[in-house]
Amino acid sequence: MEASKVIHAIYTDDDVLMSAVKKVKSEKHHIEEIYTPFPVHGLDKAMGLAPTRIAITAFMYGLVGLTVAITMMNFIMIEDWPQNIGGKPSFSYLENMPAFVPIMFELTVFFAAHLMVITFYLRSRMWPFKKAENPDPRTTDDHFLMEIAVHGNENELEDLLKETGAVEVNLVDKEAH
Amino acid sequence: MYTFSNKLKTFSFILMILGALGVGYGFITSHKSFEEVEHLLAEEAHHGGGHGEEAAHAAPAHDTHVADSHGNNDHAEVDGHKKHVEHVQHQIHNRPWSALYVAAFFFMMIALGILAFYAIQIASQAGWSPVLFRVMEGMTAYLLPGALIVLAIAVFAGDHLFVWMNPDMVNPESEHFDKLVAGKSGWLNKTGFIIRGLIFIAGWSLYRHFSRKFSIAQDTAEDKSNFKKSFRIAAGFLVFFIYTESMMSWDWIMSVDPHWFSTLFGWYVFASMFVSGITVLALITLYLKSKGQLEFVNENHLHDVAKFMFAFSIFWTYLWFSQFMLIWYSNIPEEVTYFVTRFQDYKLPFLGMVVMNFVFPILMLMNADYKRIPWFVVMAGLVILAGHYIDIFNMIMPATVGDRWFIGIPEISSVLLFAGLFIFIVFTALTKAPLLVKGYPFRKESEDFHY
Repeated sequence: MEASKVIHAIYTDDDVLMSAVKKVKSEKHHIEEIYTPFPVHGLDKAMGLAPTRIAITAFMYGLVGLTVAITMMNFIMIEDWPQNIGGKPSFSYLENMPAFVPIMFELTVFFAAHLMVITFYLRSRMWPFKKAENPDPRTTDDHFLMEIAVHGNENELEDLLKETGAVEVNLVDKEAH
Repeated sequence: MYTFSNKLKTFSFILMILGALGVGYGFITSHKSFEEVEHLLAEEAHHGGGHGEEAAHAAPAHDTHVADSHGNNDHAEVDGHKKHVEHVQHQIHNRPWSALYVAAFFFMMIALGILAFYAIQIASQAGWSPVLFRVMEGMTAYLLPGALIVLAIAVFAGDHLFVWMNPDMVNPESEHFDKLVAGKSGWLNKTGFIIRGLIFIAGWSLYRHFSRKFSIAQDTAEDKSNFKKSFRIAAGFLVFFIYTESMMSWDWIMSVDPHWFSTLFGWYVFASMFVSGITVLALITLYLKSKGQLEFVNENHLHDVAKFMFAFSIFWTYLWFSQFMLIWYSNIPEEVTYFVTRFQDYKLPFLGMVVMNFVFPILMLMNADYKRIPWFVVMAGLVILAGHYIDIFNMIMPATVGDRWFIGIPEISSVLLFAGLFIFIVFTALTKAPLLVKGYPFRKESEDFHY
């Protein structure tokens, strides 16, 4: 069971937020989550989040797409029914390859792009009819919210967060997901 | 201020001397008489090696048709033999000229490519690149001498490189009369070639001269007027460049095959020169940085340059493939011979350059972390440069030396000669001004550039 109580510190400026994150990190408190209305450049670095590996998945999906294209065209055009279509050499894949390159290229891009997007949705748990998770609707407009777990140190934390420029510090019960 | 180290200066002189000796050797050894070539061919026919086709040509004249009593036929065979030997003799004579021309063009196009890159950076008001402007300006110093050398070689080589420069080809009385070439003589004539070449070179050099002048003047200027002027001439130059570059590629490269034409050839040559230029920019930047001359250049700048190398390698491949595939697909005889000769006689360089210019960079430079590692970029850059040398080699050689090609002393020496000249001129130009632009409005942004 995780901590049932969390502190929500609300900021109104991304620069203040960034310095607050650095301060909270240096005091060795664990930041559960940060909600922002727009991407704050460098926030992931300040929070110490691990870099994303989605580009690596995209590269591998691309290789899958390339393989699918080659296997498909080789089977259809060369092995299954090697017709003479307009004098194109259908004796081997290599001989007729230039004609297949547009398909190979497009399928590589198609697989890389779509599977990467789906991976992104799965990993970040996004789908239609999903219940929105923002603790404060203002975080989608112009407020920034930092969520920190409480382990019986509310007062100390509240002081620290006030010091970092939070405009509002709330102690809330966290709903179980 | 940068000082040209004595070591590098000596190195460039050694390259030039070695290159000049090798080029001279190439010219001396290529002067083969008719009998020598005949002897050479007979020897090759004996060995029956890679030149089976020629062996078949050469042999009949001596023995097969003896049984044939038709004197006429026999005579024709002897004539054919004579023609064949003359053809091979021409190819052997052409080789040192072509080797020199390919290398001269290769280094000229590096300077021209980076000049276009420089103009694009100024016209687009890029915020990352101003710290590299002085390196680019140094590189473009090679353009004027380099381009004049290319034009001079083209004119002196005459029909060793450009068959249409042979006056017999447009003379209806001559046995060498070529109707197709004669039909193009409105564009392809020596006077026009020289005039056009001088106009191209003058235009590029004028832009180079003034952009450099405004760039230096901006260092000490109180206002931004020099910056504005350089912005305007950069925009104008880019328009001039894209027309003249296209025409230059028809004149200086495509016309070695005067029977062949391709509409995207200008772009294709442009892609080659652009990516080579950017690659050399990366190499020189890394060299100067390793000598502690460019503290303000960080790995983010390197990352951006490497991204350009990566992207334009792919762009080059796109154009190479588009040109090849359209011609291969429709297979119209008058167009396809261009690729048939390359496929039959130049298989390794023709396909090898696709590996060097596409497969290698795409795998080496796709990873964002690798683009920040100097030795990785240097390695990829050297392969890309070699690949684009072979690209130019593939454009010129099949038309001039045919299947008599080899990357031997004349080719390597020509590269050494122009590499030495390039290093000497570029690094001399680098000593002429501080390596950081002072008053350029985007300098601060560029110094703090972070990706």
